[in-house]
Amino acid sequence: MAGCKPKTEAESDSSKQAALVSGGKKIKVAIDPITRIEGHLKVEVEIKDNVVSDARIFGGMYRGFEQILIGRDPRDATQITQRICGVCPTAHATASALALDDAFGITLTPNGRIARNLILGANFLQSHILHFYHLAALDYVNGPDVAPFVPRYAKNDVRVSKEINEEAVKQYLEALEMRKICHEMLALLGGKMPHVQGIMVGGTTEIPTREALNLYAEKFKVVKKFVMEKYIPLVYLLAGPYGDLLKTGGGYKNCVAWGVFPMDDAGNTLLKRGVYTDGKDYPVDVSLIKEYVKYSFFDDSTTGLNPRQGKTVPDVNKKDAYSFIKAPRYNGKPHEGGPLARMWVTNPELSKTGQEKLGVKRMRDIGDAAFSVLGRHVARAEETAMVADAVELWLSQAQPGKETFVPSPIPDSAEGLGLTEAPRGALLHYVDIKDKKIANYQITSATIWNANPMDDMGQRGPMEQALIGIPVPDPANPVNVGRLIRSFDP
Amino acid sequence: MKDEQSLPDEQEEKTGVSRRSFLKVFTGTAAGIGISQVFNPALVRALTKALEKHPVLWIQGQGCTGCSVSILNSVEPSIADVILKVINLEFLPTVMTSEGQTAMENLYRVADAYNGKFSLIVEGAIPTAADGKYCVVGEYHEKEITMVDLVKDLGSKAGSVIAVGSCASYGGIPAAKGNVTGATGVMEFFKQYAIKTPVVNIPGCPPHPDWMVGSLVYLLEKGIPELDSDGRPILFFGENIHEHCPRLEQYDNNNLSEKMSDAQGCRMELGCKGPNTYADCYKRKWNNGMNWCVDNALCIGCVEPGFPDSFSPFYEPA
Repeated sequence: MAGCKPKTEAESDSSKQAALVSGGKKIKVAIDPITRIEGHLKVEVEIKDNVVSDARIFGGMYRGFEQILIGRDPRDATQITQRICGVCPTAHATASALALDDAFGITLTPNGRIARNLILGANFLQSHILHFYHLAALDYVNGPDVAPFVPRYAKNDVRVSKEINEEAVKQYLEALEMRKICHEMLALLGGKMPHVQGIMVGGTTEIPTREALNLYAEKFKVVKKFVMEKYIPLVYLLAGPYGDLLKTGGGYKNCVAWGVFPMDDAGNTLLKRGVYTDGKDYPVDVSLIKEYVKYSFFDDSTTGLNPRQGKTVPDVNKKDAYSFIKAPRYNGKPHEGGPLARMWVTNPELSKTGQEKLGVKRMRDIGDAAFSVLGRHVARAEETAMVADAVELWLSQAQPGKETFVPSPIPDSAEGLGLTEAPRGALLHYVDIKDKKIANYQITSATIWNANPMDDMGQRGPMEQALIGIPVPDPANPVNVGRLIRSFDP
Repeated sequence: MKDEQSLPDEQEEKTGVSRRSFLKVFTGTAAGIGISQVFNPALVRALTKALEKHPVLWIQGQGCTGCSVSILNSVEPSIADVILKVINLEFLPTVMTSEGQTAMENLYRVADAYNGKFSLIVEGAIPTAADGKYCVVGEYHEKEITMVDLVKDLGSKAGSVIAVGSCASYGGIPAAKGNVTGATGVMEFFKQYAIKTPVVNIPGCPPHPDWMVGSLVYLLEKGIPELDSDGRPILFFGENIHEHCPRLEQYDNNNLSEKMSDAQGCRMELGCKGPNTYADCYKRKWNNGMNWCVDNALCIGCVEPGFPDSFSPFYEPA
């Protein structure tokens, strides 16, 4: 079965396309929907000489959270914004609570900070396991021959041995159980998942009991074992047969990381805050973020605004626009967010397995190969191990029965900024409160950093740019396009 | 009784999924076996028959994927059993291997081959404004397919529709005040387009996995379960949360929580919407029985047609 819809100027017959491609002509391939992601994305690539020469990512859905929030009780934002993403509601709850903590002038109790880390940490583990096994792995191994694992591309470029494939499918099923256990850990402190009740302005709503912490620890032990003994080794195992995917999909190699998991009351984070642009490190200056909308379905008068002044005015019939995603730029340049960006900015030591397999000690020692399709999976797996280690530390620091919540009245008027990280990348919430109600609310989420369209200056979005040069030897089965997109975990 | 006793072997043999797993889904506890006897014959046959005759197509509109993520948390039966043994899930963008044209061709192939027979699951709201342009779900033979197009087309062909989540049931968050997209739930949408296919609402933001798996199995085998005036199965949404709340006695004794992190006390003064909300969360609990909203914070009424606007602000006092 033909996998996608290749089009040439003259032909649409796939046998003739191969000839056209080798003849140096351009052909267009569209994939819509891109599946195994959260949300609605379409990609359109132009292929010349067997590689992608141009790319466009279409964000196909608009709900209007920023408009829906206006006029509401500010505290409701933590519940409502979680509904942006059912995979990472915890991160939106955290960003929103941080913005409100800032606006309300609240300092968390140490136990409140640790409880939030344990809630968000459990979801990082959940999300990364889910992403690798259930969203991405089917690009590299074959699932069972039943729906929903079939149909698949006729030539899907699966290169692993039968034994490895069987092991991977076994782990796919085991990982379903593991990610479920992560949600159970989360629910012990957060009420339920998805969506979380327990994160609120002022801390968390339920003081952990010794029993809850013990149960969390017991469940966590099983997950950590799976991460260290199954997930990380399998990622490195794929680097063998798919080694070429460590050499492609780099994109701009610019990173934004807002920092996440405060380790102390001074706000030092496990994964560091920082920006990496054109090979240099910079401290974060939020005023340098601007969102462009020339190619987005938003009113042109709202282009180039910082989120603090941000406006959301949809214009669904706008000519030349092709996405509902705004194009945020840091200091005028496209940057990617996500585990790779965070690990690059933080530059921690790799896991023992990672050091052995790669023959290097720290993240940046991987060099350019980190900015690649497989490099993003490596960074995500390594980050999972790092967060797992931190969860152990937080469990040892959490104090049963100690206060996690600081009550506070709603301020008459105040502004607040929440910077954190979703599993899939940098997340910013901004709230402006007037007369105790939300007057403006702006959200710049991870996928907005990665999957955005061209900006007013003509620069492609990070995912679009990373597609350039991706090999597509067989346009009827453009496997590498999906592999690249999913490496970002949109 | 005899029927019940003869079930386990037969079922286990055919499917590898234990009868006990399904009993738990329907009752919320392993102990509540009395209620479940009504469903035993359905449970057994659903597992084998559904696989062959009733493919399930799960489409997503204006949503957050939270309903799909929630069903992954199904405990008994596990989601692996649900996918591999209980239902024939031919389309669900979040988990299926295929993408692009392959996926869309399969979607329409199944819908045509099983016209009038397949079950359609809708997750997310349907944005009816601007010709449906606020949600494009795919491309078929170079034509852009909106959520409006898809629900119209597949909704008419389906044997039945399950609207999972409050967005698909009633519009939910995308339909909240301030929205410009004309977001609407399936029943309302069907009214507009005079589509007669029966709809079962499984609201919740997201719904409990048991509500989805249980309703799906019931529907595949026995047909439409008894619904309340909001289109929800009474089986799962028949009980008032406050009236059944384990903290009701504390309310009666005027023991009211004053602070969100108070371990004890009724949450009424903090804004709890339990008195206006009908669901069995109080006994079923969430995430394998780990916790539930009222023990952790409070109920925000997420299964009700008015969610979120009728329940906003969620917290009190102002």
